Amino acid sequence: MYVTPEGKEIFVVDGHIHFWDGSPENQRNIHGKQFIECFYAYHNALSPKDELWEKSRFEKYSADDLYRDLFIDGPDDMAIIQTTVLGDFYKNGFGDLGRAHDMAKRAKDRFIINGAYDPRDGEKALEYIHYMKETYDIQGVKLYTAEWKGDSKGWKLNDPWSYRCFELLDKLGIKNVHVHKGPTIIPLNKDAFDVHDVDYAATDFQNLNFIVEHCGQPRLDDFCWIAVQETNVFGGLAVVLPFIHSRPRYFGEMMAELLFWVGPDKILFSSDYAIWTPKWLVEKFWNYQIPEDIAAERGVQLTDEIKEKILGLNAARIYGIDVESKKAKLRAEPVSIAAE
Amino acid sequence: MCEMHEARTLRGDVWQALARVADPELDEPITDMGFVEDVEFAGPPDDAVVTVVFRLPTYWCSPNFAFLMAEGISREVGGLPGVTRVVVRLEDHMHAEEVMEAVNGGRGFQAVFASLCDGGDLSELRATFEEKAFQRRQESVLVRLRALGWSDASIAVMTLRQLDAVDFDGGEAAAQRPRYRELLVRRGLARWPGDLAFRNWEGEALPGDGLKDYVARLRQVRINMEFNGALCRGLQGTRYKEVQTVDGEPTLVDFMLGRVPARETSLTSG
Repeated sequence: MYVTPEGKEIFVVDGHIHFWDGSPENQRNIHGKQFIECFYAYHNALSPKDELWEKSRFEKYSADDLYRDLFIDGPDDMAIIQTTVLGDFYKNGFGDLGRAHDMAKRAKDRFIINGAYDPRDGEKALEYIHYMKETYDIQGVKLYTAEWKGDSKGWKLNDPWSYRCFELLDKLGIKNVHVHKGPTIIPLNKDAFDVHDVDYAATDFQNLNFIVEHCGQPRLDDFCWIAVQETNVFGGLAVVLPFIHSRPRYFGEMMAELLFWVGPDKILFSSDYAIWTPKWLVEKFWNYQIPEDIAAERGVQLTDEIKEKILGLNAARIYGIDVESKKAKLRAEPVSIAAE
Repeated sequence: MCEMHEARTLRGDVWQALARVADPELDEPITDMGFVEDVEFAGPPDDAVVTVVFRLPTYWCSPNFAFLMAEGISREVGGLPGVTRVVVRLEDHMHAEEVMEAVNGGRGFQAVFASLCDGGDLSELRATFEEKAFQRRQESVLVRLRALGWSDASIAVMTLRQLDAVDFDGGEAAAQRPRYRELLVRRGLARWPGDLAFRNWEGEALPGDGLKDYVARLRQVRINMEFNGALCRGLQGTRYKEVQTVDGEPTLVDFMLGRVPARETSLTSG
């Protein structure tokens, strides 16, 4: 719960967080080492100085750390955990579904834990989707199209096996598909950040919601164009939001474009924890206004009403969360961690 | 003494040559981005082997972008008088070996990365980046002209001669004007001082009755490029490793930090 300076309570759903193990003990090879170092560089590059973590804590943090950073010190009411397997880089997976469930046991009402699969597994991917539905009743998945697998250096959402998987998600009522567009490696002679496969998938699977993390950046223009045409395409603010600190004017330019094209009902807050923590992000976001000249160009502004949608109501809508009853339930079960 | 003088001049020339190589994704010089980590010289000054060491912000930076930069380094430094051979060394990158083999071994991108290219070459990618660079540079100039009070109608009929005469009073637009002009002329969109200064990438004149929508489209291109630029600078900052300074000689770090003006080295060292 974020309480505004005027005393208003804002329901916060953190749309994209991790519970990872990137520690040296879990790294399978140099790629695993480089992967967590890249995340750590993002953390260092865009965090305020007093929000920086030690590397060892960043590599592997405890369940208590997470509860404190999100729910006690932080303003989150709920958090959506995204599974990121990276089996070629980490022995027990980077963000593992079972490990996330163990961590979440203490406060089940506060978490939505999404699954993940790799359509390159073919039939096995379909079996695994069934398994995740039956075992964990997943409501969404996180797909990372730039993931390596053997000789393959990435895949597309509109590959044939990917479509087979979407058909199954649709059939099982797993509605929310979070898409992380990392730099795809192949084909190497093309633009590595292409987002057009989202367009095909969203057109062909109207019952699914496609939440494109970091709003398709660095292809914001392509993403905006797709999101205008496809009612089921959403933008996640992971990585975009921290610019509010380091480059606030530039952040305003991005938000103006998103509000103009994508609209206030299709943008989702996320901290991308543990790359960043939600406390400073939400505080800065609530107190932010798009600079006048930029707002005037597009005729948009971040009003309190729009901020409330972005911070929680939009995610609540697509995940079927009844905000008032959820608030009452959470109020009755406060989060606590062992005293330090 | 004479040899040192020559070596120092060559060092400055190499730095200038490297500044002409841009990150294709960002359209910013690799020297401004802090990608160049070291330059080593071997052999006599009129027959030098120059080794350029560069490092990108992450291990994962797309290898095709890495290749385009390595190729640019090889071309620009290799074109300097006195340089017989250029060796490009890419550090800490997942495809470092392949990129170096493609550039230093002269095998080219397609041959080394054949299995990952679907049989295509980089021409389409190069064209895409050139268009974006053109748009980013043009936006900067257009935004400044409008801020200075030029009407859309007057911008639409502005000639190169007029554009050259505008006093931008420093800033981003002043820096981008020559870079915009270079691409405009290279693409054949203007040749003479009396030619139109502004056309879109397809060669059409700009509308005189409202540039707002056109500039808004260019702004999106710039927003994308700035996102990567800001991230790359931040990531590079945390990954950058200091280069050692060597007794009194201007080192690469001096060039990077702008302590050595372009031509001053040859004047002061004699």
